[in-house]
Amino acid sequence: MSRLLGRAFGLLFALAFAANATKMDAPAEGNALELRMKKLETELRCLVCQNQTLADSNAELASDLRREVRSLAEAGKSDDEIKEYLVARYGDFVLYNPPVKATTLLLWAGPFVLLGGGAVLWWMILRRRGRASSGPVPATDPDVELRARALLERAEPPPAG
Amino acid sequence: MKSARWSIPLAIFVVLMAFLYIGLYRDPREVPSPLIDKPAPAFALSQLHDPERKLTNADLKGKVWLLNVWASWCASCRDEHPLLMQLAAANAVPIYGLDYKDKPDAGRAWLAQNGNPYTASAVDLDGRVGIDYGVYGVPETFVIDKQGIVRYKQIGPLTLDSLQRKIMPLIKDLQK
Repeated sequence: MSRLLGRAFGLLFALAFAANATKMDAPAEGNALELRMKKLETELRCLVCQNQTLADSNAELASDLRREVRSLAEAGKSDDEIKEYLVARYGDFVLYNPPVKATTLLLWAGPFVLLGGGAVLWWMILRRRGRASSGPVPATDPDVELRARALLERAEPPPAG
Repeated sequence: MKSARWSIPLAIFVVLMAFLYIGLYRDPREVPSPLIDKPAPAFALSQLHDPERKLTNADLKGKVWLLNVWASWCASCRDEHPLLMQLAAANAVPIYGLDYKDKPDAGRAWLAQNGNPYTASAVDLDGRVGIDYGVYGVPETFVIDKQGIVRYKQIGPLTLDSLQRKIMPLIKDLQK
């Protein structure tokens, strides 16, 4: 049974790879360009399947945009120019790393603000607790101290918890 | 100080709920277009019904027009098509089509079957003009004013609601 399953899965994988192989884009000349493409494509978002990069997506628009990016790169455009080209058409959303500006400030600063707020809160609680438990023992008058000692000696060991 | 113990978590909870509530009514697929209030990207494409002639956006300067991106392979274009037909029949605004990544034969057949609301359609065979317009979900509709500035973009099919509440008032306003 498990052997049969294993074979079935093997076949599925083989098919998946074969299907992928036919969808590959034409290889570009030059390894440097190829590496640049790979890097750029992982930094750009496919707008059809929004949680995939251009590199990951099989959507038709993604392959069109990959082609566009490639032809821009081959025309000698820099990475920034290529990104600008896409942002002008699709907005900041195409960038996986949104730029820091007024509208995205909360996005970028939010985690640090929360972390800082948590740290401040933690520090305040610790300080308050420290003051309550380990502050200097106030001097009491001898009478009270004697009575307290007597009580402590008579007392059973405190119950656990 | 005692009240801070529950009022701070309560405040955080209320803010979180407000964000989540607003989030319920927003469509994550609707990405605001950077083209709004910018000049419509230039194009010069063959017309679907007269491939010898070009349709260019420069020809349309001086009037308010709709650019509707459609294709014969696009299922939700069928949904909005009756609305486009009505709009064309009412003669409220010229509608130009961009037949996006479609075979011209299939596009013509589709219009013959479903009716043709377009003053003219341009053929965008390889989708390049679509990229210039930031098209990612056909159908899309752009409202372009007399100066050739994009004023509004609808992603996905037009609805009666979006026409009545946004697009028609905007067109009336722009036509003044």
